[in-house]
Amino acid sequence: MKTANGTESKGAPSFIRRVQQVSVFNIVLILAGMCLLLSIAVGGKFLSATNITSVVRQFSFYAIMATGMLLAIITGGIDLSSGSVFAFSSIITCLFIAKWDIPLLTGMPVLLRVILGVLLGMLSGAAFGYLNGALITLLKLPPFIATLGTMSIARGLSYGITGGYPIGSLPDQFKFIGLGTIGAGSVQIPTPIILMVVLALLFSFFLRKTILGRWVYAIGGNEEAARIAGVRVDRTKRIVYALCGLMSSIAGIATAARLGVGQSTAGQGYEMDAIAAVIIGGASVNGGVGTVLGSVLGAAIMGVLRNGLVLLNVSAYWQQAVLGVVIVVAVSFDKLQHDRKK
Amino acid sequence: MQQLLYMEGIDKNFPGVRALKSVSLDIRPGEVHALIGENGAGKSTLMKILSGAYKKDAGRIFWQGQEVEIDSTTRAAELGISIIYQELNQMPNLSVAENLFVGRERRKNRFLLDHKRTLEEAQVFTRRVGLDVDVRTLCSELSIAQRQMVEVAKALSYNARLIIMDEPTSSLTDRETDILMDLIRKLKDEGVSIVFISHKLNEVFAIADRVTVLRDGELAGCVETKDCDEETLIRMMVGRELTDLFPKKEVPIGDVTLSVEGLNAGKAVQNVSFTVRAGEILGFAGLVGAGRSETMRALFGIDRMDSGKIWVDGKVLSGHQPTEAIEAGLGFVPEDRKLQGLILGMTVRENTTLAAMEETKVNHMVNRKKEVEITQEYVDRLGIRTPGVEQKAMNLSGGNQQKVVIAKWLATDPKVLILDEPTRGIDVGAKKEIHLLMGEMTARGVAVVMISSELPEVLGMSDRIIVMHEGSVRGELSREEATQERVMELIFSTKV
Repeated sequence: MKTANGTESKGAPSFIRRVQQVSVFNIVLILAGMCLLLSIAVGGKFLSATNITSVVRQFSFYAIMATGMLLAIITGGIDLSSGSVFAFSSIITCLFIAKWDIPLLTGMPVLLRVILGVLLGMLSGAAFGYLNGALITLLKLPPFIATLGTMSIARGLSYGITGGYPIGSLPDQFKFIGLGTIGAGSVQIPTPIILMVVLALLFSFFLRKTILGRWVYAIGGNEEAARIAGVRVDRTKRIVYALCGLMSSIAGIATAARLGVGQSTAGQGYEMDAIAAVIIGGASVNGGVGTVLGSVLGAAIMGVLRNGLVLLNVSAYWQQAVLGVVIVVAVSFDKLQHDRKK
Repeated sequence: MQQLLYMEGIDKNFPGVRALKSVSLDIRPGEVHALIGENGAGKSTLMKILSGAYKKDAGRIFWQGQEVEIDSTTRAAELGISIIYQELNQMPNLSVAENLFVGRERRKNRFLLDHKRTLEEAQVFTRRVGLDVDVRTLCSELSIAQRQMVEVAKALSYNARLIIMDEPTSSLTDRETDILMDLIRKLKDEGVSIVFISHKLNEVFAIADRVTVLRDGELAGCVETKDCDEETLIRMMVGRELTDLFPKKEVPIGDVTLSVEGLNAGKAVQNVSFTVRAGEILGFAGLVGAGRSETMRALFGIDRMDSGKIWVDGKVLSGHQPTEAIEAGLGFVPEDRKLQGLILGMTVRENTTLAAMEETKVNHMVNRKKEVEITQEYVDRLGIRTPGVEQKAMNLSGGNQQKVVIAKWLATDPKVLILDEPTRGIDVGAKKEIHLLMGEMTARGVAVVMISSELPEVLGMSDRIIVMHEGSVRGELSREEATQERVMELIFSTKV
């Protein structure tokens, strides 16, 4: 294809170029480097199938949350409430499945009760997210403030409903979401990993192939210009925050299923991990930029790092500090690369 | 009489534009000197050079007989030159006294502020300008007129010998204007010189000793106020040959496409009514701040509209969001392409298809190939010079960016296209291409509404011209009867 001035048009850039463009390239590099270092340092302990599976399963919860957070961050916003919504939704689900002893529920087949409970939990997460969106678009609160408020509300509700007690004795049909595997014969993939892959693909499709997805980027790029171009800014934002809440709830429910217990203390500080994963994944806090693949890889970096620190026998007390250093280094590395290109 | 300031042969070029051509200006001590000219005549550029905000390309500046180099705003302040911009540079959350000494806080030692001295010294200056408020009052609690006085006080605190005021009365009430005029007279008596930029000729005659007129970046003349009248000044401002040729295309004019009745939006838009027909170019003339952009923004649903009715093709425009306006067949190329027109971080493709996303769908999904096709069509048709459709909008030149904004709207196949300052800040070649494009649009039956602060452009391109001033329509002129003088007369005519 030729343009007016004769240079070749980049109508369909090569896969590699596109990967470089969204700066996922650097993240893969960092991730690969970390894996290499760990393989050398602890060898088989890191590379064993069991360890790799467990690492991936572990970060899949973060990756699901980060994918929701990504949407909010692309619009130029943020969702601080996601860690609390994570707990709130999982508690709603666990209560529905194991605690509410009304005849209608106790008489129900267990599988049906699990399915309804999960759906109810997801709904509560989406509702909390929609509330965030409403506060941001109708009351014009800055996202930071609105979600700071709902962060506290969701956490407080979780404590209030449970009285702080964990909810146990959950059925195996529920635990399957966090502990089970799906596959044929010897190839068995843990459910959370499948969940993560499916959700990541869905959201990637949403962002790349739907009008709403394009609008999400447009709003983050220049809200005023987007509005003049007919983008329904407020409606789009409400949907974005609802989806963000939904993803937090899915991560929360899956985590409760994995641990076999619903806790009001679950997910504390997870919003920060999700934000870190999204930013490491190449998104900009100024909005307009970011990909699902990047965020998943960002979550992977944090997951591998956590695992590596354990394998290297770094005390839990020090892990946090190392993690922080890596976040700063990863983002600076990426930024330097970008500045050099300019 | 000894000169306080003499600027000689000042040149200033911006990419594609010669903003100032060998302009000279002299200011006497204790003089009020008015600086007038049309929008874009170079007044602000000249003053920015004087205050150190811009660097001149050529020319010399003499201050009290000595040649000086003003290479920074700090240097200008040292010499005793202060400028008060239309948009006051104040921190509304700080008090009057704090604002006066921002950046040179009165201090006890390296670390501690000296509150007592700050208040005492601030009072000295606020008294001198006759500002009768407690200096501890926050600036956000003051009226615009009072905040202006704070700026004057600030200038005096720098020992300013020359104070430049850029359209100081544009947002003042008549009474506030009188107070400001008194203050200017008082400063003059104290020997301070004032450069007074204004569009209001009655004020110029009321206060100024001499008037310098700029036109198209050149000096049109400098006269004693007592030796001239309004008519002379207007002639000096507009008296230019129409050097730019406007490629106006004659096309048959069809039925009314857009009609607006009794539009009100805040103070900026008061009871505006007009119609525009298919194939017609309706020009909106007026000074910056006349309410033209505000009218368009309100009718397009970007800003709130208080009352009024809008019909597109005979159908009432309901709802009040740009989305509805676009569905009805309106398009809007806004004033500031970087802030309102484009998403700079997105590609030419993404920007071009943004307002017409439905068109890019194949099987309910956004289809990249289709997007590229649509974009390429407009890149070719509008002659957008870009390495490719995947180029980010921020990397294009101003003219090409503007073409992308226009492409975005053409892709929606609009019935009415509103162009707000479509050629501002772009080079001559691209300007002509955009003018040709406007002709092409009207030939396809699009109704075009164009706002321009460049009078020759309005006169050259429009079939009809509406003159707005201070939020209301001052008159309508046909292409035949419109001249620069007629337009200026409508603007400067005393209130209807």
